[in-house]
Amino acid sequence: MSAATAVVIAGDPLLSGEVDLATIGIVLLKVLVTFVLLLVATMLMVWFERKLVSDMQNRIGPNRAGPFGILQTLADGIKLFFKENLMPERAERRVYALAPFLSFVPAFLLFAIIPIGGNFADGGDGTVTIFGKETYLQLADPPIGILFVLAMSSIAVYGVMLAGWSSGSKYPLLGSVRASAQMVSYEAAMGLSAMAVVLVTGTLSTHNMVVEQAGPGLWGILPNWAILTTLAVPFVIFVIAGTAELNRPPFDLVEAEQELVAGFNTEYSSIRFALFFLAEFMNTVTMSAIFVTLFLGGPAGPAPWGPAWVWSIGWFFVKLVCFLFMFVWFRATLPRLRYDQLMHLGWKVLIPASLGWLLMLGAIRLTLDNDWNPALVGTIGLVLFLVFWALLRGANASAAARRELDEELTV
Amino acid sequence: MMPPRRPPKPKVPGLIKGLGVTFGEMVKTLKPDSRGGGPVTVFYPHEKEEPAPRARGVISLHEENCTACMLCARECPDWCIFIEAHKYLAPPRREGGKPRQKNALDRFDIDFGLCMYCGICVEVCPFEALFWSPEFEYGEPKIADLLHDKTKLGMWFETVPEFEPYEAGSEVKVKKVPR
Repeated sequence: MSAATAVVIAGDPLLSGEVDLATIGIVLLKVLVTFVLLLVATMLMVWFERKLVSDMQNRIGPNRAGPFGILQTLADGIKLFFKENLMPERAERRVYALAPFLSFVPAFLLFAIIPIGGNFADGGDGTVTIFGKETYLQLADPPIGILFVLAMSSIAVYGVMLAGWSSGSKYPLLGSVRASAQMVSYEAAMGLSAMAVVLVTGTLSTHNMVVEQAGPGLWGILPNWAILTTLAVPFVIFVIAGTAELNRPPFDLVEAEQELVAGFNTEYSSIRFALFFLAEFMNTVTMSAIFVTLFLGGPAGPAPWGPAWVWSIGWFFVKLVCFLFMFVWFRATLPRLRYDQLMHLGWKVLIPASLGWLLMLGAIRLTLDNDWNPALVGTIGLVLFLVFWALLRGANASAAARRELDEELTV
Repeated sequence: MMPPRRPPKPKVPGLIKGLGVTFGEMVKTLKPDSRGGGPVTVFYPHEKEEPAPRARGVISLHEENCTACMLCARECPDWCIFIEAHKYLAPPRREGGKPRQKNALDRFDIDFGLCMYCGICVEVCPFEALFWSPEFEYGEPKIADLLHDKTKLGMWFETVPEFEPYEAGSEVKVKKVPR
């Protein structure tokens, strides 16, 4: 076994021993379950979104296919599958065909690192015994965990960008230009607020993050979730940046119907369009799962009776559905941001806030670890905060003043 | 150059207020209570929709009021109204007077295959013979059957609801439905 593979598979106890038939069976089973689970969750998410949005608009929503219209997504998928696969004459043929997979495959890979369940109750380390082998209820637990999330969501940008560029049409091109700018802007804030969790839990691996958050927290009543230990602000920033990263309303400038027809996927039809559509909803499910893992303790939760791993799966899905509801709720309520507001929020609010909060958390930890004088550190911190805040305000004000001057001179 | 004055900030941020509104609507749709609620969508063939009283469903004719003046037929942009009439002499009102000349309606057809439901005929009728009825279930398998004659149009008149006054401040005249 080479050093590189040893690093990649270090987490799961299943792969630390010898590899026999049972191990391979378990891995294959986990791959299958993860794949099916994500597909079914995506299918249900599309239905859930349509149904909930229609409730919020006093409508009924899909109700013809299956009970409560639950098979509507399946019907849509079958329809799309049998449609003609069009390619515009001016498209860049190879890139055009490749782009849907560039956004579809990362969406699948992302879900591999999400811990879905495990014995986390009462100080458990999250292992479950299947076929006499100890393992995690999670397809992969790479030591780089959360960096993998950031990397994959960056790759997903290429799918959107190349799809728009290769279509040979103006609306997709404009949509993809917006998409790349938006994703680049919000990735920084997202990474910085995820780093706050890394700082608090002291690990990059998603499994260890859940283990760290599983124990009892403050005063023995509150959970030890990162949303509390990082003092909530990184969570808010991460949710906003995550919504922007998903191109969901109110950050759906990429596919602003009023301006760009359908955005980057305007020229796509048939199964290629279905791949984009699925990837979008799959990313929504995965991003919600990442919120849960990072900030709400993933599958960790009490298990009053029965096997703890069943309870943990239940807790995971309860938390997941809360975030899915939140996404739909946002979509039904919030109007789309203007482009300059989007950039303003990303660069002038979220990035300074997440960076400042990360520094503050670091300072608090250093103070506690080294037994420094809290009053002194607090005073210095406050002074530094005020200085940097004044600098930021000054920079913003001078930029605004210069812009005004520019306008006066040009008009 | 003065910057434009900003409107005062609301007490509750609009974002949160909006989220509250959509959540309330969702609860209202899912759990209809005594004050109403529930989805506005109706499962049409299974349960009948109740159209608004002034809905433009079908045009009805009150034959007694029609003088065959042809104003409606001439104003109709689609030329979907067909009127034929003949003149006859009615007995004089007073003894020894001149017999009055009147128009009797032979044919009054509206072709709803052509009609675009603009309502100009209803507006233009000076004798209050044409009315909107909210009935809408008169689809036909054959398009020729959409030509409604005066008997059918008279039957539609039975379904015309009582005129409801417009909103306060409206200057539109009150139209009395002759019974």
